[in-house]
Amino acid sequence: MNNLWGDSLSSFWSAWIIVITLGTIAISAWLLFANRKTDKTPDSEGNVETTGHAADEIEEYDNPLPKWWFQLFVGTVIFSIGYLILYPGLGNFEGVLGWSQEGQWEKEVAQAEERFAPIFAQYQEVPIPELAKDQEAMQVAERIFQNNCAVCHGSNAQGGYGFPNLTDNQWLYGGEPENIVTTLNNGRNGLMPSWQQLGENNIENLTQYVLSLSGLEHDEDRAEQGESTFMSVCAACHTPQGTGNTALGAPNLTNDTWLYLAPGQEVADSIRQTLRNGRNGHMPAQAAYIGEERVHLVAAYVYSLRFND
Amino acid sequence: MSTAIEHPTYNYKVVRQFAIMTVVWGIVGMTIGVILAAQLVWPELNLGLPWTSFGRLRPLHTNAVIFAFGGSALFATSYYVVQRTCQTRLFSDKLAAFTFWGWQAVILSAVVTLPLGYTTTKEYAELEWPINILIAVVWVTYALIFLMTIKQRKTSHIYVANWFFASFILTIAVLHIVNNAAIPVTAMYSTSIYAGTIDAMVQWWYGHNAVGFFLTAGFLGMMYYFVPKQAERPVYSYRLSIVHFWALIMVYMWAGPHHLHYTALPNWAQSLGMVMSIILLAPSWGGMINGMMTLSGAWHKLRTDPTLRFLVVALSFYGMSTFEGPMMAVKTVNALSHYTDWTIGHVHAGALGWVAMITIGSMYHLIPRLFGRTEMHSVNLIAVHFWLATIGTVLYIASMWVNGILQGLMWRAINPDGTLMYTFVEAVEASAPGYFVRLVGGLFWVTGMLIMAYNVYRTIKRNEAISQQPAPQAA
Repeated sequence: MNNLWGDSLSSFWSAWIIVITLGTIAISAWLLFANRKTDKTPDSEGNVETTGHAADEIEEYDNPLPKWWFQLFVGTVIFSIGYLILYPGLGNFEGVLGWSQEGQWEKEVAQAEERFAPIFAQYQEVPIPELAKDQEAMQVAERIFQNNCAVCHGSNAQGGYGFPNLTDNQWLYGGEPENIVTTLNNGRNGLMPSWQQLGENNIENLTQYVLSLSGLEHDEDRAEQGESTFMSVCAACHTPQGTGNTALGAPNLTNDTWLYLAPGQEVADSIRQTLRNGRNGHMPAQAAYIGEERVHLVAAYVYSLRFND
Repeated sequence: MSTAIEHPTYNYKVVRQFAIMTVVWGIVGMTIGVILAAQLVWPELNLGLPWTSFGRLRPLHTNAVIFAFGGSALFATSYYVVQRTCQTRLFSDKLAAFTFWGWQAVILSAVVTLPLGYTTTKEYAELEWPINILIAVVWVTYALIFLMTIKQRKTSHIYVANWFFASFILTIAVLHIVNNAAIPVTAMYSTSIYAGTIDAMVQWWYGHNAVGFFLTAGFLGMMYYFVPKQAERPVYSYRLSIVHFWALIMVYMWAGPHHLHYTALPNWAQSLGMVMSIILLAPSWGGMINGMMTLSGAWHKLRTDPTLRFLVVALSFYGMSTFEGPMMAVKTVNALSHYTDWTIGHVHAGALGWVAMITIGSMYHLIPRLFGRTEMHSVNLIAVHFWLATIGTVLYIASMWVNGILQGLMWRAINPDGTLMYTFVEAVEASAPGYFVRLVGGLFWVTGMLIMAYNVYRTIKRNEAISQQPAPQAA
């Protein structure tokens, strides 16, 4: 038992729990048996006489405990004692069956693995581009996607604010099968540092320059002034052309994909916000969670999205 | 308030105040419930504002119905019952007035702070530390008044209703103080002194006993007075009340861990929570049997007395939900039912069917007597309210059963390849019709409460009209 206090209970606490548990059950049973019968005899209607005292004119009969209720009570006590013999409950006593919730979970997982592993094993050897065209496999893969990925990337895989769209042809970390598998297995941490220290003027110049990269409306003078800052500060990751770098997950700034564009927000505002505060994108690693075999299928599913138009 | 209705011996003023606020907070709390039900059907009703979002209104709803509505009802009835059954005035009028105004201040603080987003995040204990201190002070005063009144009683025996009220008052004091023990950080922020799993266990020890003592023991106290009183029959069995009282308060304390099945809580603690929940079935039913059997020989009164109908149907829902509870505490059942709407349905079978109905039945008995009358303004309107409440409850719990089992089954359904058959959002989509039916059930309830408010208003009003007439001259 590895639980509440980090380890199994000390002898004192174990004994304490056993004593107060069995004590509570014993006192309940004693209460029941000690008060079972009444020495008064019922009248013709089956009612026994009252206790003789009245409270605000309310009298009380002294009827015996209903038999079925008495038996129900005894039954629950017997059940409980039986349960505490079979299952953990009395302090450190683990129960005759040796059951624990951890044990039950491990057993169920092992059974599931045995049952479902062959289904996924058959797909493991199929290359992803080929698997992506296997309709039956993609039905299975889509269900895994819906239950694990859709919560962020959306049930149509089109992403949302801060969550990449998987159906376009923009890939932060590359869209080849091996890139997708790596992303899924190990997760990704996309870090855009904050550039507040450059000052608002430089941030505005950079913003106008970045706008110019994708041909959006911008201030010519400021963009020109921003270019040199871009070359010294941003180009290391985003490249001098601003086309990004999939090795780092640095986005391409020359297209019209804006990961952090809130609904209704101006692109310029989003860029300013990014420059001032930085961004931190996190894709959780899936290998330890759903296993590499399911990752292989999901990777094929994500790969297959490029075929839908 | 007119002095013509002041009782020569008893303090009825504080009872009247709490009784009126029971109706007011009932309407407020249930209306917020209806708004929340509507938000689950039409999420746009969150209005895109933080103050009206589901996450902030939900604790306001639970606090308003449990502590404002239920709490006011418990204060009103316990103060009334303890005086009448002990044949003595409340220990202190001033302290009683303090508990009334203090409790209303607590509720108003909740109404302000919860929508503003101040919360400890502990379910049913969301209020922040300054308010918790006020609650503790009011509650300890309440305990003092209640116990001292019993001590000063002029009767030989302490009537069973008072055992239940006393156990509820004492236990809630302990639960509230232990669970809310926290380190204040700022004026409206604190952190629990417990960490991790222990914090969760303390929270659900509190949470389940809030159900067990606030919503069960307290309302059983109400039942033990108003059912025999309205039926005009002796209580069925004194010894049954002894056995089920002691067994109930002893075993309920243990049931909390069933809220934490299959979590980081140790296996042994989970098992004890389950086992004690099952033992709890018979002690819980003891109260139902004692109430129901009290009616033997008086069943015909149900035809003409809708107040008694409220009380009896409350007992039926009590019996049903105290069977459902132990069943849901069984691990295998819990594995399906937990985190689904079934839990919400179960809570409302207790909250609407038991707590609210026994309260309303008691209020229809109590309110005319507090205002110097023998009956409510309109018995027919009580009957209308009864049907609205009953149908509303049935719609609510049936739709949540369907939704809960549907969700539980959808979440665990798998395809032949072992993948989940449904995404989470599909289960949400499938729940929409149930949410609508639940909303309709809630509207039935609020409509009934508004009718009650009208009936209460007319009852009070007519009394004033009578008392303003010149007293007839003695011949």
